[in-house]
Amino acid sequence: MACIEARGLRKVFGKTVALEKLDLQVETGRILGLIGPNGAGKSTALNAILGLIPYEGELQVLGRNPWTERNKLMQDVCFIADVAVLPRWMRVGDAVNYVAGVHPRFDRAKADAFLARTSIQRTSKVRQLSKGMVTQLHLALVMAIDAKLLVLDEPTLGLDLLFRKQFYDNLLNDYFDSGRTIVVTTHQVEEIQHILTDLMFIDRGRIALSCSMEAFEARYVELAVAPGNIAAARALKPIYERQAFGRSVLLYDGADRAQLGALGELRTPSIGDLFVSVMGGNADTKGNLAA
Amino acid sequence: MSTQADNHASSAGVAPTQPYLWSLRREMWESRSLWIAPLAAAGFVLFGFAISLARRPHLAGRISQMPASARDAMHLIPYGIAMAAILVTVAVVSVFYCVGALYNERRDRSILFWKSMPVSDATTVLAKASVPLLVLPLIVFCVICATQLVMLLLSSAAALATPPGELLWGPVPLLRIWALLAYGLVTLTLWLAPIYGWLLVISAWARRGPFLWAVLPPFAIAVVEKLAFDTSYFADFVKYRIHGGLEQAFVSLPHHDHNSFEWPVPDPAKYFSTPGLWAGLLAAAALLAVAIWLRRRREPA
Repeated sequence: MACIEARGLRKVFGKTVALEKLDLQVETGRILGLIGPNGAGKSTALNAILGLIPYEGELQVLGRNPWTERNKLMQDVCFIADVAVLPRWMRVGDAVNYVAGVHPRFDRAKADAFLARTSIQRTSKVRQLSKGMVTQLHLALVMAIDAKLLVLDEPTLGLDLLFRKQFYDNLLNDYFDSGRTIVVTTHQVEEIQHILTDLMFIDRGRIALSCSMEAFEARYVELAVAPGNIAAARALKPIYERQAFGRSVLLYDGADRAQLGALGELRTPSIGDLFVSVMGGNADTKGNLAA
Repeated sequence: MSTQADNHASSAGVAPTQPYLWSLRREMWESRSLWIAPLAAAGFVLFGFAISLARRPHLAGRISQMPASARDAMHLIPYGIAMAAILVTVAVVSVFYCVGALYNERRDRSILFWKSMPVSDATTVLAKASVPLLVLPLIVFCVICATQLVMLLLSSAAALATPPGELLWGPVPLLRIWALLAYGLVTLTLWLAPIYGWLLVISAWARRGPFLWAVLPPFAIAVVEKLAFDTSYFADFVKYRIHGGLEQAFVSLPHHDHNSFEWPVPDPAKYFSTPGLWAGLLAAAALLAVAIWLRRRREPA
């Protein structure tokens, strides 16, 4: 059974089409990165999956309809919407007590152990914590919940590099296993490239690309062209070209690696570069991905 | 996949949960004015009363010349003022609580955290509705009883200190006051239920300024009606919804002047047979259903 299965998922706000006939299948045990420019429909798709908004089309999450069976679904699904949503007036200890009081799959010992590794005081209020600490607290609460699906919408927005790295390390080492599924959206794509198993680009409510990371690595290759070979390299129809340290770097889709290897140095492209090439000469999307 | 998922569920076990009680507790954490304000009101009442006791010896001569009924009334008046002061405080607190209850969590986006927990919208809204319908009446009852008890002890101590000692337990029958208070609170709360429902609906609906949305449109309707038709049906309807309850619950409302005190007489038969009560409770249930529906549908602000 797929963890998430959508067919013809559509969402319209007034006259704006946020999602246009989205087809989506996420198997259990995968980590899917949902990448797209602002306003592409990522959050709308996640909100539909989480049963926060009504939608058109077919959608099943863990075999349930998220809109009509939301209350049951939330026992198995957890989400972090972004860093700022923990109530600012709440004390850390009360937050733990509250989740323990309402969530049947919450393991208080796990949350306590995780919090003990941070510098968060249990008597502090959320408003007294730094942004990074709020995220650590939220992660401590979420990781102590034995959920089958975890949805992260820009979980590391506004955090510094150390916290971001720690966040994904904790997630991967202490939480993720083959029984769980994680869906994550972020603009900091380079940082999650190594943890993803699947990749999906979404633009203007449509899926622009969807593949596993194995397929991504097999299909796309980047060539740092050796001086003098640029004309030959361009003849092999790269899908994207950029300059790095005075050298031309060309991106290919399904090209012959032996042939390319003769022209320079081959490597796996970054998701960010592929994103820019797939989304095409749209200045806005490039700007958004600069982060 | 399913076997692995099942292992997850069984290894962690399923702990018993009490979403309603914890949602209620959350409200008490978030809105601390719910208990601080009535306690503060009680503090001011006791402060004022203590000053009046200190002044009493100077008035002893005048008091002794009063007729007995006037003296009883004079002894009772401070207890009535204490009750009224705390009741008015809590009335204000409950209005502001209801207006913010479903609005503040959308404004600070913490609703996304609450909605990430397996607590249904119905549970959340009912927990919030329980605050003005259940928790605040209980708080106000306990605070008034405690305040009046302290007042009686203070005045007894003052009376013993200034001979001839006169214990006031006779003219101030606390148990009778408290029984009337309990009856009054129950009838008033049930009567006001649709008002709380209305405030919660506005709180769940308004994108900004929920207090203004709750108050100004009804006011505007009343003004337009008055100007257009020179009638005041709507204003009368609102007035009836606000203080019709006590009129229905008692044969006559508590009445006092400086010469005598007349105890209010409960009339539960009249109260519970008033169609306005049952219509109001039905309206309250419908409004709560709308508030639940709105919380479910409203986009995070």
